[in-house]
Amino acid sequence: MTLTLDSLRISRGGQPMVALDTTIAAGEVLTIMGPSGCGKSTALAALAGALPPGFKMSGRIYLNGRDMTDLPTHARRMGLLFQDDVLFPHLSVAGNLGFGLPRGVPSRDRQIAQALDAAGLDGMGARDPATLSGGQKARVALMRTLLSAPQALLLDEPFSKLDANLRDQIRDFTFAQARALPVILVTHDLEDARAAGGRIISVTGEPLH
Amino acid sequence: MIRAAPGLVVALMALPVAAGLAGAVLPAFGYFPALGGAAFSLDPWRELLAWPGLGAAVRLSLFTGIGATVLSLAITLLIVAAWQGTRSFRVVTSLLAPLLSLPHAAAAFGLAFLIAPSGWVARALSPWATGWDRPPDLLIVHDQAGLALIAGLVMKEVPFLMLMTLAALGQTDSARRMAVARSLGYGRVIGWTKTVLPAIYTQLRLPVFAVLAFSMSVVDVALILGPTRPPTLAVQVLDWMTAPDLSLRFTASAGAVLQLLLVLGALAAWVLAERLIAARGRIWASQGARAPGWDRPLRALAALPTLAIGLGVGLGLAGLALWSVAGLWRFPDLLPQNFGLRVWTDQSQQLWRLGGTTATLAGLSAMIALALTIAALQAGATRAVGIIYLPLLVPQIAFLPGLSALGLWLGLDGTLGAVLLVHLVFVLPYVMLSLSDPWKAWDSRAGLVAATLGAAPWRVLLAVRLPMLTRALCIAFAVGFATSVAQYLPTLLIGAGRVGTVTTEAVALAASGNRRLIGVWAVVQMTLPLAVFALALALPALLARRRRGLRVT
Repeated sequence: MTLTLDSLRISRGGQPMVALDTTIAAGEVLTIMGPSGCGKSTALAALAGALPPGFKMSGRIYLNGRDMTDLPTHARRMGLLFQDDVLFPHLSVAGNLGFGLPRGVPSRDRQIAQALDAAGLDGMGARDPATLSGGQKARVALMRTLLSAPQALLLDEPFSKLDANLRDQIRDFTFAQARALPVILVTHDLEDARAAGGRIISVTGEPLH
Repeated sequence: MIRAAPGLVVALMALPVAAGLAGAVLPAFGYFPALGGAAFSLDPWRELLAWPGLGAAVRLSLFTGIGATVLSLAITLLIVAAWQGTRSFRVVTSLLAPLLSLPHAAAAFGLAFLIAPSGWVARALSPWATGWDRPPDLLIVHDQAGLALIAGLVMKEVPFLMLMTLAALGQTDSARRMAVARSLGYGRVIGWTKTVLPAIYTQLRLPVFAVLAFSMSVVDVALILGPTRPPTLAVQVLDWMTAPDLSLRFTASAGAVLQLLLVLGALAAWVLAERLIAARGRIWASQGARAPGWDRPLRALAALPTLAIGLGVGLGLAGLALWSVAGLWRFPDLLPQNFGLRVWTDQSQQLWRLGGTTATLAGLSAMIALALTIAALQAGATRAVGIIYLPLLVPQIAFLPGLSALGLWLGLDGTLGAVLLVHLVFVLPYVMLSLSDPWKAWDSRAGLVAATLGAAPWRVLLAVRLPMLTRALCIAFAVGFATSVAQYLPTLLIGAGRVGTVTTEAVALAASGNRRLIGVWAVVQMTLPLAVFALALALPALLARRRRGLRVT
């Protein structure tokens, strides 16, 4: 699996912001670093097919050789994680996990149980997500994304709201779970970038550090 | 289908108003072929001007309408400025929803029962203070100056304006503005008036305009509380409209057009006054008077109307309920001597029939309005926002007569479908108003996450957005339901006497003076929307019992 950004350019009001030309292989983590407002989150939103109004994008996005550029978000198969867990408050933990699991997949319950197990949440499927701890919510959000069988993973500062010791743990868990996917991590935190262990670039593609 | 929704909403609001206005303007100038008016003429206007009560009716409409609006706005702003952020304020705001769901007519009946010469106020003071041992022959309700009418309007418009003020406050940085003003040594009320009011008034303008247009042209409240000889212009127009002599329809149309012009003129005068006050206010605000000492007296002053409205509504409704089951009730006695359900049993068949029609109309119109609102919001209807106020700004009495004539011509008048459609014209704006803020406040990242998990747009709507907005949807439905129940003039004119609701029945009883009968119908009229509101609050709370993230904080 590979994710290719072919001359991806994003501008706002004629002002160029993002310029990316790169290929990310399966198991590789590309980190995009920069201060807030530099356009790194916008770049992720564009990859997910949700470019905010007011921005213009050119170039192509290929996932496993397929052109994704004109597909709607739900057809792109790119998982997205925010710094907040964004769990659906009206569904149980298992309901949240099941939401991403494609319809018609055999043995749904077993898959959900396995995901809960992997996240250290054995038997907590019926719980209200609002009653989980911050670390538990983050793990549920990740497992929900992985159950939807994405072909790439986009991480929008997913660790920045976690406290220090939880942060290492969730980071390791995330990268371990996503080892078969091309991953793009967006962050302003150097430690996160180093822990990702891959290339570190700016929104305009210059290598950093 | 979703894409057509904004256009449909705009058409649904604008077309009936435009058609109805055309149906008033043409006959006002003598053109109404069905009634023999084949050529244009100024005769309808001559007849209108020849009516001896015209001057007094116009004065009454202006005085009661503008008076009620100024008072309602002043009371609302004073309460918010003096009490915002306190515990008493939270108690008051929690009572707003049931107050809003109360139909105007029921509130007006309650007030009429309370202040009438034989009402609780007179009973409580008699005979020890007044010396009365029988109800005095005083014109308190239906007074010539229209003061009872103003009181009845203020009672209902203050909760509405208060809710609109709270919504506007949520969109401004009022807390920080107040913190700055307080730290500069400003009193609470003066600081609020100088820093927060200018920011929120822009958003309050349209609701205030709606209150002005409504108060100047209201019919049901004026029938219950307003003067009778002459009545307000709107009531007189309705009188001409429903007179057996069909030639009076021309005069009625001229009166309807005059009513529209009066409202437009009052709105123009209001805008002018806004400018003057704003210009003067800027000078005042920059002069630096802090007046922290005013807070205490102004707080006390704000408590008075709050208490009066609370007691007026509460005791009024209690009085209605009591009268509906009262047996013998002699004058200065505070309570009836005995109770009975005789009137309830006598009326039960009618109550079920009209109650059923009322609930059907209200349930269907609220449901359709909700579906249209969701579709329009989903399609991102930003341009439609201005038009939703149109049916609230154009007086009902100005365009409904024309619309009923159109219905007659099309053979649609007196059908349940036509009444449902015309209810929708008034229900839709309130449902849209109620739902659009929570709709916009929804965390759109939940939608984005759902889409990246493979959910198509319709599944994001049905499985994520709507369930997350359950509470707002239920409240919007209840608002729509209450709006429909409260409709008097649309039901009367488009229903053509063949479609009746508890509201048309209750208001029709106003002139009868039969307190027990009025009590029964007014109690049913207020119970229906209140019950739906209670359900709308209880149901989502029940659903959210096991989901902490859905609870409101």
